Amino acid sequence: MQLASTPFQELRLDRMSRAFGTVNALSDITLSIRKGEFIALLGPSGCGKSTALNCIAGLLATTGGGIYIDDKRIDRFRPEDRGFGMVFQNYALFPHMTVRRNVGFGLKMRGRPPAEIAEKVEAALALVRLQGQGDKLPGQLSGGQQQRVAIARAVVIEPPLVLMDEPLSNLDAKLRLEMRAEIRRIHNQMKATTIYVTHDQEEALSLADRIVVLRDGGIRQVGTPHELYQQPAHLDVAEFVGFRSRLSGRIVARDGDKARLSVGANELAGRLVADLEVGAAATLAVRPDDIGVTEGPGIPAMVDAMEYRGREYVGVAHTADGAELIFHADQPSEPGNPVTLAIDPARALVFSA
Amino acid sequence: MDMLAPTKLTSLRERLALRGIDGVTLLVLPSVIFTLAIFIYPFIYGLILSFQPINGTGALANYIAFFSDPFLYNTIWATLRLSLPATIVSVLFAIPLAMRVRLMKRQRLLTTILVLPITLGTVLIAEGMLNYLGPQGWLNRTLLLLGLIHAPLVLVHNYWGVFLSLIVTLFPFTFLLTLSFVTGIDPALERAAAIHGASSWQRFRHVMLPLLVPGLAIGFCLTFVQAFAVFPSAVLLGAPQGPTRVISIAAAQAAFEQYDFTMASAIAMIMGVVQLAIVVIVLVGRNLFYRGATSGGKG
Repeated sequence: MQLASTPFQELRLDRMSRAFGTVNALSDITLSIRKGEFIALLGPSGCGKSTALNCIAGLLATTGGGIYIDDKRIDRFRPEDRGFGMVFQNYALFPHMTVRRNVGFGLKMRGRPPAEIAEKVEAALALVRLQGQGDKLPGQLSGGQQQRVAIARAVVIEPPLVLMDEPLSNLDAKLRLEMRAEIRRIHNQMKATTIYVTHDQEEALSLADRIVVLRDGGIRQVGTPHELYQQPAHLDVAEFVGFRSRLSGRIVARDGDKARLSVGANELAGRLVADLEVGAAATLAVRPDDIGVTEGPGIPAMVDAMEYRGREYVGVAHTADGAELIFHADQPSEPGNPVTLAIDPARALVFSA
Repeated sequence: MDMLAPTKLTSLRERLALRGIDGVTLLVLPSVIFTLAIFIYPFIYGLILSFQPINGTGALANYIAFFSDPFLYNTIWATLRLSLPATIVSVLFAIPLAMRVRLMKRQRLLTTILVLPITLGTVLIAEGMLNYLGPQGWLNRTLLLLGLIHAPLVLVHNYWGVFLSLIVTLFPFTFLLTLSFVTGIDPALERAAAIHGASSWQRFRHVMLPLLVPGLAIGFCLTFVQAFAVFPSAVLLGAPQGPTRVISIAAAQAAFEQYDFTMASAIAMIMGVVQLAIVVIVLVGRNLFYRGATSGGKG
């Protein structure tokens, strides 16, 4: 039974779970993916994102729940019967086959006529801009080119779903940016539904239509990059999207979604994410962009280190009671110097501790 | 001094170091001496000896004698008839078993069981098989009891006795070698093949087998060389005057029954040439296949 090229409207994970012995690597993942969507599974290592991908691919059996394509349940299908395409972290190109045979592999396994294979392989090579490299062996290509071959091999079968397992993590920084743009371009051209696993929030934000943040085997938040960036629902998620400073304190005043916290000797303001009453323990999370150096009243701190970022400096400072603040500044400052910092109350978020 | 001129290396030590020779290199001396004394010298001695026949005229008399006496030259075919099928069967059995064992978590127990025949030595195995496969052995008695046969199978003192004992002694070695080649193949390749639509047979045929060929060729050669030198089991389990009169028996008879060491040396040289010919054929054949890395990418 082949699913390749079958049009579908929705891929649905229904309480998908995977346990290793007594450890739940993945518990109750419920998610609906629409046709043509680019979904990023984002999370730190060990959060279950690769487990989730392998379960969807069929390389790992699920231990609970189901995977559906429209109304067809596929989680007991063997990987070769699901008809998906996959791009692996270490490319997993067949070293003994030329680029052309690597790309045409899926079509050959499906028993397509050679003329059709040749035609589709050329088109796929053109898509990933590798025309003229078809007769080389993978070992003769650079890392970026190998990854292009891997992408071509996955998309040439016109799969209903393309799975990508940290495809850029083996590339250097410059190539990573380049391939990121390529993956987006290829997605726009192919419109293949894609699930992309990454631990890099920047990659997820720039590529995905929707991001699924995973932590400890469960979904923490699902949203568009914009929603996630502006409205992280969880402290973990906030940390992942750049809220690098965390200050623990207690709520002393509340007015609608605005709250004031006492943090050590200071009183700071922020926007409430969790519904917290006065007196509750809370954590204020702020991005470096929203903590600046001020002349007026603010939080007294001591500079630990400064880093040059081109347009500005990013510094690390600590307050008298040990809290660490990561701030931006126009001017560098020597470690050990005192500095007064101010937090933008409109952009600081208050989470339950 | 002109800085652009090539630096002149004065000390011998520096010049040697540039060529990768230093104090540590001296550690190869024992093995070089050992190889010279135990392998190179006897080989050359035997080669020269084989051209100095005790009876006969001319340097080639021993070789002429060998190839004009069917009782002697037929031993080549008798040996090949045993060693080639035994090697092929060992390799063919080792592949599926290695493909399966590679997926197992507890490989050690199985590996231990398989290594035992190697450590026991051919003579002990031959003695055991003589009892086990003999007319009054367990195998025949079991088969008779079950009514599967009506007369005992003749499995000793003929071709099959030697063949089976060769398999038993060689298979573990071939299997372990094959297992190491199979596990050396990046498992991601098989997963990639599965995802892109290859059934388990297609995965084996198009991905695993082509990457295994170079290793199988080496495994074949090493197994074959051992099988070709078969001696104890050919004497104990075979018919040493008949179909299992292998070439090593001819050499032993020349040396220890006729006390003609020059003839024995000539037979040993012929034995070496036949082995070498088969190994060269297999290795040349191997070059027709892909022989590079068996992982699917960098990192």
